[in-house]
Amino acid sequence: MRQVAILGVAMTKFGVSEKTNLEMFAEAGLEAIAQSNLEPKDMEALYFGNCLGDFEEGQMHMAPFAHAELGLPISAPATRFESACATATVAIRHAALLVGAGIYDVVIAGGTERACAMGTPLATKTFAMAHHAQYESRPGLTFPGVFAMAAHMYSDKYGIPLKELKRNMAEVAVKNHYHGSMNPKAHFQKEIDVNTVLDGIMVADPLQLFDCCPFSDGAAAVVVAEAGKAKEFSKKPVYIAGMGQASCGPLYLQKDITRVRSREESVAQAYREAGLGPDDIDVVELHDCFTIAEILALESFGFYEFGKAYDAATKRETYLGGKVAVNPSGGLKAKGHPIGATGAAQVTEIVEQLREESGPRQVEGARVGLVDTLGGDFGTVCNIILRSETS
Amino acid sequence: MDYKLTYDQYQEGLEQGKLLGLKCNGCAAVTFPPKSLCRECNGSDLNVTEIKGHGTLRTFTVIRVPPKGFTSPYVVAMAEIDEGAWVMGNLVDINPDDADMSLIGKKVRIGSQIVKGDTYSGGDSRVVTFTLAEE
Repeated sequence: MRQVAILGVAMTKFGVSEKTNLEMFAEAGLEAIAQSNLEPKDMEALYFGNCLGDFEEGQMHMAPFAHAELGLPISAPATRFESACATATVAIRHAALLVGAGIYDVVIAGGTERACAMGTPLATKTFAMAHHAQYESRPGLTFPGVFAMAAHMYSDKYGIPLKELKRNMAEVAVKNHYHGSMNPKAHFQKEIDVNTVLDGIMVADPLQLFDCCPFSDGAAAVVVAEAGKAKEFSKKPVYIAGMGQASCGPLYLQKDITRVRSREESVAQAYREAGLGPDDIDVVELHDCFTIAEILALESFGFYEFGKAYDAATKRETYLGGKVAVNPSGGLKAKGHPIGATGAAQVTEIVEQLREESGPRQVEGARVGLVDTLGGDFGTVCNIILRSETS
Repeated sequence: MDYKLTYDQYQEGLEQGKLLGLKCNGCAAVTFPPKSLCRECNGSDLNVTEIKGHGTLRTFTVIRVPPKGFTSPYVVAMAEIDEGAWVMGNLVDINPDDADMSLIGKKVRIGSQIVKGDTYSGGDSRVVTFTLAEE
């Protein structure tokens, strides 16, 4: 495999947008290409993420239209990826695999989503379409419901009283809102305290409103290139050190959902390829769709033993300046979660961190960063380890 | 390959009060609800079997912000059936506001109820229900 690098990275401001999916993607995509010192004609393929355009705008098969918005040549195929919330990370991984394999030298990858256009009842319904339709959507399961069941199981399995677990989960939201307050692209840029979380409306017991990330609109895109070519065009390319991706079936086959088996396998693949381990990671953008989700992820990575990460934010070990900076962008919780774009925004944050361009939320001396994106009810996990130097 | 127990056949079973699953002739594991291959060993030598309908509740939530088409609150739960498989369903004989951590580990009986169809689901269907068993 050839070495692969990331050149330009860009995202729109996340939040509620009046722009169409294509308009948002054009903004991010054209900025990523310009930042790479390249032109649209230099792109050899577009790997395009979008989950719910069919429901948001009545738009299926959006990839060729995104191709037109970016002014790409007819020779560059545009392909849609859909892996629920992990969509854009999976698109970027496949771009990197084909560049690594020598099929292409330069590919643009990313995604766009306009979830707010649906309103909460329809958005909740369409997100729930990512559960097994016959066996798990029909009892009325929702995504907060899945992570709520994981939180109850975690409390029971590790003997942590629910009240204590919830207070520590609230600290995850407090941390990510604090980080988000320093991110001008974040959906929410204000700090909260533990009471904000514990006084919120109940969404799915035991998860309250501020345990949950928002529905967001936004787009993000990155340019993936062969490392030699990347050095020609950019002073600060960031290199892909390792990647992983793994799959699990429906929840009834996964059983113990305090353990995200797809993530354990995916991150092991990424560590192996990179020749790195948990102690080498300086900064992480992980999939904190719900507060409990961040706790489960920290354990899957091997940063903490199973059952031990629940008070990491309370002990400030995951804050900027802590043991490992977790979600300096604000994470899905505060930065927002336009599902088709999320992974590309996580890559954007890590690349900017490794280029030391993150301003007040810069992780000092960050050399190695981990991207972690989860799709569906633990069905897909994709990880990318990035570093500022070549191997 | 012959699909041993289709979703329609599983639904017909629920309609008649039967909980149909698959027993593996290779490893003896019971797969419920059904799928193409054994959930344990991926074996395809399977026989249709009726599960007894007893299980243990493993986790739950109370849905308070429902998807379009559902009226909250209601309880969604996962239980481990005595034959070893896990299944998602609705815990039905409880006031959702009384659902708490003491439910985990409780014995349940397994049945089914009708969920109204919508634009995407091709008509009404049955889902698994749990009721608390007498201790």
